[in-house]
Amino acid sequence: MIEAVGLTKRYGAKTAVHNLSFQVRPGAVTGFLGPNGSGKSTTMRMILGLDMPTSGRVTIGGHPYHKLPNAPRQVGALLDAKAVHGGRSARMHLLSLAQLAGIPARRVDEVLGVVGLQDVARKRSKGFSLGMGQRLGIAAALLGDPAVLLFDEPVNGLDPEGILWVRNLMKRLAAEGRTVFVSSHLMSEMALTADHLIVIGRGQLLADMSVKDFISANSADFARVRAPEPESRDKLTAALVEAGAQVLPEPDGALRVTGLTLPRISDIAHDADIRLWELSPHQASLEEAYMRMTQTAVDYRSTADRRHGFQAPPPGLPPTGPVPPNWGEAYPALPGEQPNPYTTQRDSKDVR
Amino acid sequence: MSTPQLPSQAPGYWPGTAPAAGGFVSPVPMRKATLADAVLAEWTKIRSVRSTMWTLGVMVALIVGVGMLIAVAVQGSSPAETNTASPLALGFIGVLLATICVITLGVLTISSEYGTGLIRTTLTACPSRSRVLTAKAVVFSLLTLVITLVSTLAVAAVHSSVLGSRSTYEPTGGDWLRATVGVSLFMALLGLLSLAVGALVRHSAGAITIMLGVVLLPMILALFMMMDSLRGVRDALLQYSIPAELAVLYGTASGTGAGPTGWEPVWIMAGLAAVGLAGAYAALARRDA
Repeated sequence: MIEAVGLTKRYGAKTAVHNLSFQVRPGAVTGFLGPNGSGKSTTMRMILGLDMPTSGRVTIGGHPYHKLPNAPRQVGALLDAKAVHGGRSARMHLLSLAQLAGIPARRVDEVLGVVGLQDVARKRSKGFSLGMGQRLGIAAALLGDPAVLLFDEPVNGLDPEGILWVRNLMKRLAAEGRTVFVSSHLMSEMALTADHLIVIGRGQLLADMSVKDFISANSADFARVRAPEPESRDKLTAALVEAGAQVLPEPDGALRVTGLTLPRISDIAHDADIRLWELSPHQASLEEAYMRMTQTAVDYRSTADRRHGFQAPPPGLPPTGPVPPNWGEAYPALPGEQPNPYTTQRDSKDVR
Repeated sequence: MSTPQLPSQAPGYWPGTAPAAGGFVSPVPMRKATLADAVLAEWTKIRSVRSTMWTLGVMVALIVGVGMLIAVAVQGSSPAETNTASPLALGFIGVLLATICVITLGVLTISSEYGTGLIRTTLTACPSRSRVLTAKAVVFSLLTLVITLVSTLAVAAVHSSVLGSRSTYEPTGGDWLRATVGVSLFMALLGLLSLAVGALVRHSAGAITIMLGVVLLPMILALFMMMDSLRGVRDALLQYSIPAELAVLYGTASGTGAGPTGWEPVWIMAGLAAVGLAGAYAALARRDA
C-alpha cells in the first residue's frame, strides 16, 4: 500500500507536484495517468525517497522508503530504461544490484528468464533496443520479488507483443496480491491494463477512481444525426428538444443527440418530414474523456505554424484558421454525461 | 536453464483468481543487506566495465613501463654519471603520469552513475546513501592502493638492483617505505579526493577538469609569479602542489628545504580527502538524486 498525503514538490518557482493525496492498494493494477511533464516521474521518485518532498509525505506500508525495513525486498521500481551503464552486460548489471540489496544471485538468472533476456544476458547493454532496455529495467524491478512494484512508462518503445506481455505481467503481479503502480500517458493502454486510475495534470489530482467508474462517468452513448440543409437541421433540433433530447451541434454540421433512442429520433424526423443523411450510435471514447479532463493541464502543446504548410488544408475544404486556444472545447461536456466531481480542481489557476 | 520464481499454475496466479489473503509474501529468502554486500556490488560494477579495466591497465603500464624505460635510458648513459640521488627517485615520473588514471577512475566511479541515471536504481536498491558512497570509497581506494603498491614495488626493485651501483646513495628502509607504501597511500587518497569531487559535481567532464586543475595548475601558476612580492605565494604553490608532494615521497623535493618532508604529503592528502568526502557525504544525504 502506497499512501501520499498532501505531497508537494517545488523546483524553484516551478511547482512539479501540488498537494497530491492518493492511495495505491494491493491486489490491483493502479494506473497513474497524466500528460508529459505532469509530475508522474517526480511523484515516483518521491515515493522511492530519491527526491525529498517540499511538503507532505508519502509512505509505503506506513514507512517512508528510507525507513522501510529491507526496502529493496519490499519495493521494486523501473524508473528509466536507459539508466544503465552501456558498457556493462545485462547480467552483471542485475548481479551488482542483487548483491547491493542482499538478494541471492540465483534471482538474476530467474528474472532474466522472466523477461526473456537470457540469450543476451552476457551482451553489453549498449546495443540493446529500447524494448530490451525496458525488459532489463523490469527485470531489475522484479529482482527482490517485492510486494510493491512501480513502473514508470514501462511500455515505451515496446512492440505490440511486448506491450501485451507487459500488460499480462502487470495483471499477474497484481493477482498475486502485490501493489502495482504503473504510470503512462496513454489512456487506451491504461483502460486495458489498470483496475484503478489516478489521473494528474500539472501536478494536481484530477481523478482517483476505478476504471469502471471512469468509463461510466466519462463515456456516454449518443446518436449522431445529420440532416441535409441548415434549415432542416434547425427544424430537427427544435423537434428533438421538444421531445426531451439534448442536442449539441458538432463542428462538421452533424448533431449529437442524447436522451432519445435511435428509433425515436427516426420517428420524430419522419413526423417532421425531415430526411436524414446519418443516424448512427456512438460512444464517447475514454481517450476523449481523458483529453477533456487534462486539456487545461497540458504543459506542452503545439501551436499552428502555417508558414511551413504543416497545417495547410487539403484542397476542397474551407481554410482553417489557427488552432483556437480552446480547441479542446470542440468536445464540450456531453449532456448525458455525469459531472466528474474531480474536474473542478483543474480550474484553480495557481500552478501555471 | 533455471526455473522462474513465479509459479506457473499456483492459485492466485492468473488474473481473475482471488489473491492470497494477507497480501503477497515472497518465497525468496529474506536477508538484510550490509556494507559488505555493497562492497561486493561495487567490486562487481568496477570489474564488469571494460573502460575501468583499460584505465587500470594503462595505469600499471605507465608506472612499470615508464619506470623500465628510464632504467634502460640511465643504464645506457656513460658510467661517469654516478651521483648522490636515490635510485628509487626515478620511479617518480611514471607515478606522476599515472595520477591522471587515478583521477579519471575516481571521478567516473560515481559520476558515471549520475550521467546515466543509474544512481537512482542504485539508491533504490540501497536507500542508505552513505553506505553506497562508503562502498565505492572502500573498493576504489583499496584497488588503487594494491595496484600502485605492486607496480611501485616492482619498479623500485628493478631500479635499486640495476641502477644502485651508479649512485653513491644507499636507500634506507624509510626511503623504501615512502617510495612504495607512501606513494601508494598518496595515490589512493588522491583517488578518494577525486571520488568526492565526482560525487559533489556529479558530472564526469567537469569533475575530471577540476581535479586535473588541482594537480597541474599550482605549478604552472607558480612559474609565472616572478615578482619578488609574490615569492611567498610562489614557494607555497611549488612546495605544496601535488607533483611536488609526490616528489617529497621519492626524496627529490626542490632544494629550498622548506615545505613538506618525510611522510607529511600523505597526511596532507589524507586531510584533503577527508574534507572532500565529508562534503560528499553531506551533499549526497541532502540533495535529490
